[in-house]
Amino acid sequence: MSALKIKKGATSHSAYNLRPNFSDVIERHTLAVLVENEPGVLARVIGLFSGRGYNIDSLTVAEVDHTGHLSRITIVTSGTPQVIEQIKAQLGRIISVHKVNDLTVEGSTVERELAMFKVAGKGEHRVEALRLADIFRANVVDSTLESFVFEITGAPEKIDAFADLMRPLGLIEVARTGVAALSRGD
Amino acid sequence: MTRKMTGAKMIVQALIDQGVDTIFGYPGGAVLPIYDEVFQQNSIKHILVRHEQGAVHAAEGYARSTGKPGVVLVTSGPGATNAVTGLTDALLDSIPLVVLTGQVPTFMIGSDAFQEADTVGITRPCTKHNWLVKETDKLSGVLHEAFHVATSGRPGPVLVDIPKDVQFATGTYTPKAPSTSHYQPQLKGDLEEITELVAAIEKAKRPVFYTGGGVINSGPAASQLLRELVEATGFPITSTLMGLGCYPASGDKWLGMLGMHGLYEANMAMHDCDLMINIGARFDDRITGVVDLFSPKSKKAHIDIDPSSINKVIRVDIPIMGDVAHVLEDLLKVWKSRGRKTNSEAVAKWWKQIEEWRAIDCLKFEQKGKTMKPQYALSRLEALTKKYDRYICTEVGQHQMWAAQYLGFEDPNRWMTSGGLGTMGYGFPASIGVQMAHPDSLVINVAGEASWLMNMQEMGTAVQYNLPVKQFILNNERLGMVRQWQELLHGERYSQSWSEALPDFVKLAEAFGAKGILCKDPDDLDDAIMEMLTHDGPVIFDCLVEKHENCFPMIPSGKAHNEMLLGEADTQGVIDAKGSVLV
Repeated sequence: MSALKIKKGATSHSAYNLRPNFSDVIERHTLAVLVENEPGVLARVIGLFSGRGYNIDSLTVAEVDHTGHLSRITIVTSGTPQVIEQIKAQLGRIISVHKVNDLTVEGSTVERELAMFKVAGKGEHRVEALRLADIFRANVVDSTLESFVFEITGAPEKIDAFADLMRPLGLIEVARTGVAALSRGD
Repeated sequence: MTRKMTGAKMIVQALIDQGVDTIFGYPGGAVLPIYDEVFQQNSIKHILVRHEQGAVHAAEGYARSTGKPGVVLVTSGPGATNAVTGLTDALLDSIPLVVLTGQVPTFMIGSDAFQEADTVGITRPCTKHNWLVKETDKLSGVLHEAFHVATSGRPGPVLVDIPKDVQFATGTYTPKAPSTSHYQPQLKGDLEEITELVAAIEKAKRPVFYTGGGVINSGPAASQLLRELVEATGFPITSTLMGLGCYPASGDKWLGMLGMHGLYEANMAMHDCDLMINIGARFDDRITGVVDLFSPKSKKAHIDIDPSSINKVIRVDIPIMGDVAHVLEDLLKVWKSRGRKTNSEAVAKWWKQIEEWRAIDCLKFEQKGKTMKPQYALSRLEALTKKYDRYICTEVGQHQMWAAQYLGFEDPNRWMTSGGLGTMGYGFPASIGVQMAHPDSLVINVAGEASWLMNMQEMGTAVQYNLPVKQFILNNERLGMVRQWQELLHGERYSQSWSEALPDFVKLAEAFGAKGILCKDPDDLDDAIMEMLTHDGPVIFDCLVEKHENCFPMIPSGKAHNEMLLGEADTQGVIDAKGSVLV
């Protein structure tokens, strides 16, 4: 028995068992991060998420201002409200980051994702795939006698739904871009 | 005025323009052009260390004792990787550093060339920012920006990686100019929030100032304003390890350090206060203990220049984002304009309670017999050196906590210690950096023998530049803090926590051409310390102390501030509630 009334050899008493007792409701937020388009900037952002144990549900990046060399990174992340606040503050601390916008709290947003689905099949399955694609306004961008490649854009939920429908019809490959998002109105 | 010159010359020119007088470094293949330029000038003094880690810690000591950025120059590959510990240390303690690394030529990057490492990749998470410069024309701009980033906002280490062909090539040098980059941290705090804090100050019955390294990083004005605020309000003040010296230890409002090994009165005041005013501290886990039980009854205000520090660990009621000096200036202005009110009656009662806690005298110890108590050694060191123009460094472990407890700091920038990262081996090279910046001052590194051995090679540096740094080693032949935790938490199984083959430190000093002093009898201590102080040159002071002394007070992990262990805890048997744990 030691001075701390802890059993000999106990290992569960860590000084690091200190997480604050904040709200533990997990929220999903879409962040738009404007960064300088310079080598390593994506590594800084991703390294922050991995180093501090945050989640990345989706991430897209491309240069949006060619003269100003600015790229927009759209990150969909999830965490408790406190974690989301930390993520935003930590992102803002990166020197290459110009601006962090939390689209989720700044009003309604338009979120779009592009995906391509390769579906292989014959007969009834092939006809059904084409019919569903039409309902979802997916375009056929490649076709053989035994396969289609569909292109679809929409909110991530719509793409998920389309994937669920295609799976029994011979879905063999999916490519998704991740979410791009803008706030509605001005 | 822009001028054409080689990249290597630009580096020296940029350092001169930035007002750099000292750099710490170690040459190698990828920085030879820079070293050639260093050779051909007299404006900047280069200190040759014995290991790159030493260079970074020395620069940290220089930076922390002067408020200016520390500058390091090392080669590619191993030079850069050896700097990583120091960079991480500086990042966690917010020390401004500019580290320049050589890199293999641009056309060889990625080829696994000799002494090639992905330096910007490796150091990305341990710097505030870093750059790989691939064009000589961009070099001077990046170097000036590097100084701007390192010293603005929450300070920190930055690194500029410079390929060898960029150093050789000629380009256009742009002189130092005010930074035009988008990185311009906000200094002024929000007046509405400051006013809210003033209103809380006016009403508080049990207030406490909880200050940290941010006060020191903000500059001397911040410490002055803090002192004015403390004297004017009459509120008690405590500080983290990193903030020691921002308020004088001799001041009557001073409660001493708080935290895991902080003073009883400081931790109790934090636990029972109704208004906690955090100024430049970050609710580190060594401070809060278990967060659910942290100061449950208080309203909390937090002044910090880094928005990510606010609400990171503890949710605060009044967040104020800004530089400490700027915010305190406005705070004092608003408080005075509203009539300088406090609830003095309630605060007087609060002080009565605090005096009761103080009366417990949690740092008392008894020196008896011929075995030296480390607390005694430090008390004597304090008594014999406090009149000096003195700077103290430490290594990491029990001795560090005892130094924080038993030495008093009257001014900021006088205390250099590795707080956040807890880097054993920090103190000795840091003391070299401090002594370089303050050649006529007394610089003491309070060390444990195990920590000290981690960078003992820097003895060569101390001797080469005749830096009279005093290495005050509390030698218990143990990794004292590890041993203490093993005793308290791991059933007294002392796994790998003692040194079986320590050197003879006196002979070691002599082998380097320095002076060694051995002291084992408490009766000889004063004379031995005086001998150390009067010797003009580096000294290793081997002070043999009690081997099994534990560092108290202590907040055990998972406990609250009011559940401190107050020493003499019987670690053999069941704890004596009366003697060891006071609520």
